[in-house]
Amino acid sequence: MKFVDEFRAPELIAKAGEEIRRLADPARHYRIMEVCGGHTHAIYRFGLKDLLPANVELIHGPGCPVCVLPMGRIDDGLSLAANPDFIFAAFGDMMRVPGTHGSPLEYKARGMDVRIVYSPADALKLARTNPTKHVMFFAIGFETTAPSTALTLKRAKAEGLPNFSVFCNHVTIIPAIRAILDSPDMRLDGFVGPGHVSTVIGCRPYDWIAMDEGKPVVVSGFEPLDILQSIVMLLRQLRKGEARVENQYKRVVPWEGNRAALRAMAEVFELRPYFEWRGLGFISQSALKIRASYAEWDAEQRFSVPGVRVTDPKAAQCGEVLKGVLKPAQCKLFGRECTPEQPVGALMVSSEGSCAAYYNYEHRKPVTIANAPSN
Amino acid sequence: MAGPNFKISFREPQIEMAHGAGGKASRRLVEGLFAPLFFGSSAGPLGDAAHIQINGTRIAMTTDSFVVQPLRFPGGSIGELAINGTVNDLAVSGAKAEAIVVTYVLEAGLPTEVLEAEVRAMALAAEEAGVRIAGGDTKVVEHGKADRMYITTTGIGRLLPGVEISPQSVRPGDKVLLSGPIGDHGITILLARGDLDMEAELLSDTRSVLPLVQALVSAAGAGVRWMRDPTRGGVATSLNELARDCGHGIVLFEEEIPVRDTVRGACELLGLDPLHIANEGQFLAIVSSEHAETALRALRATPGGEEAKMIGEIREQPECAVLVTTLYGGSRLVDMLVGDPLPRIC
Repeated sequence: MKFVDEFRAPELIAKAGEEIRRLADPARHYRIMEVCGGHTHAIYRFGLKDLLPANVELIHGPGCPVCVLPMGRIDDGLSLAANPDFIFAAFGDMMRVPGTHGSPLEYKARGMDVRIVYSPADALKLARTNPTKHVMFFAIGFETTAPSTALTLKRAKAEGLPNFSVFCNHVTIIPAIRAILDSPDMRLDGFVGPGHVSTVIGCRPYDWIAMDEGKPVVVSGFEPLDILQSIVMLLRQLRKGEARVENQYKRVVPWEGNRAALRAMAEVFELRPYFEWRGLGFISQSALKIRASYAEWDAEQRFSVPGVRVTDPKAAQCGEVLKGVLKPAQCKLFGRECTPEQPVGALMVSSEGSCAAYYNYEHRKPVTIANAPSN
Repeated sequence: MAGPNFKISFREPQIEMAHGAGGKASRRLVEGLFAPLFFGSSAGPLGDAAHIQINGTRIAMTTDSFVVQPLRFPGGSIGELAINGTVNDLAVSGAKAEAIVVTYVLEAGLPTEVLEAEVRAMALAAEEAGVRIAGGDTKVVEHGKADRMYITTTGIGRLLPGVEISPQSVRPGDKVLLSGPIGDHGITILLARGDLDMEAELLSDTRSVLPLVQALVSAAGAGVRWMRDPTRGGVATSLNELARDCGHGIVLFEEEIPVRDTVRGACELLGLDPLHIANEGQFLAIVSSEHAETALRALRATPGGEEAKMIGEIREQPECAVLVTTLYGGSRLVDMLVGDPLPRIC
């Protein structure tokens, strides 16, 4: 398959693995954060940890939209959709995320009209074909998905569609990285930068991480070779004592980002003064709000939202795992009270969440079986 | 002996779609509610068909309901699935289907031509599979109460001579054989629903696997330890069940698992694992290592088995789990399907 097989070629992957072992200084321990949940998933899915020397440690970052969404927002969205004339539409990832009284899928089993859509445009289609119902799209995601929500809102406005709204939970990646770097218990050597987000925002927004914080960033693709190559690029910089932003994912990510997408976002969204992130708390200017000129299609402005705030179950250590302070298996609930089937925290729900990825692909893996190259 | 004395461990307050998805939740329902009340225990692996003895003759018996949406899809339809599904459940239990009875639940207002098309499809599928449709029942419910049509088929079959299969006979060193490419049915249904603006040249793989099973059994005989058709929940779910029931580990070699490019492409786009996607015309077999090569050759020499592969082997570790290794030395565990990305696939 084109653009996939080339990046999974065993000989190239083996070479990248060798290069990593050559570059990694045995006297040093490297802590590299992959920001994006897509990378976390790929790292486990392809068993890439088996290819890394023990002193190159990958720390899973906050870039999983479902994982950082506070439970109160889910409760808010579901409470609006309790109206029998509502259709609750969301991406498949959202369906099993627990709210206080169950996940969207459990609400569906109890009779609520809940639909899985693959893009916000599909939710718009639902609104057109169900004129007697109100379709509310529960929007989540970083800058990756925000442009398509923006374009959908523009379309809804242009059509004057009365029975459609968006419950907006879009967040932005840069403030989350800043919060992590500000966290006192965090020591990181560099970042595997988010690939999909960067297709929209480009590479410049990471400059401060290199310049002010002195940490290298390599924007990376999602195939095994992409990720290993990015680690090679990071280690090369670290070896030379450099800190720059590099783009490994040039086949997809333009340095300047996607101007048309950024324009659409700027037209439809403005920054919220602050927004709550699960595990990270309130972060200022870290989320998007629908502008007043689109108020008619903003579920929060159009309907009264209870504004539920729910604290995470005390025993769950989602925050520490999300910040990379704890490994998934170090959480007290991991694999016992909290499993992918009956998740307590959102990190266990999304396939991009580090707990689910670790649970599904790794935690019962016997060390003896992994064909780890000796080093 | 079954009765209220046996402990029901199923404690979930309501039935969710996942309980019908063939994965972990289905297993909890069957082992926690049905088995204690029907069989008086929760223990014992539950196969695709029951083996019963009548006057010294051992027969296999199975039943299956079909609720697929849409009714017709590229490569097949609900009627064809209803026959092939039951023929296949019997085949992988080591039996040749002899007779099937059919129940239709129809919705008032269903156009006769829709029903006729399915009855024709069933007659044809039964003829191809060499099974007799021996009777049936029809119920009609109000419009809107049954999504046009549900079909249930119940079949009995005669056990093939010389086959003795059970998870307990599986030993480390045994090989995992797969009859052909996986994921065709699930992805075909997904695309046929039209929710995704995606098109691909892909057909459901629905067919009777009996000729392939017969070829395998006559080539490997007692070397065949276990068989299963990986429908809902896919290869990963079937093999996880086996791993649990036999207590050993199953190691798959990713590069050996046959998956068509269209299926791989769709799975990549949607974040699905082909190992979790449903099949309706493939089966898995565990064969002893000394019989594995012969068995594979026999499968490949049978029409429809040309793409059969040896995809893995049984090992002592990881106990009760399935591990996939990749060419470049990475590995990952593959669990049963959790949650259901694609409900009502068959």
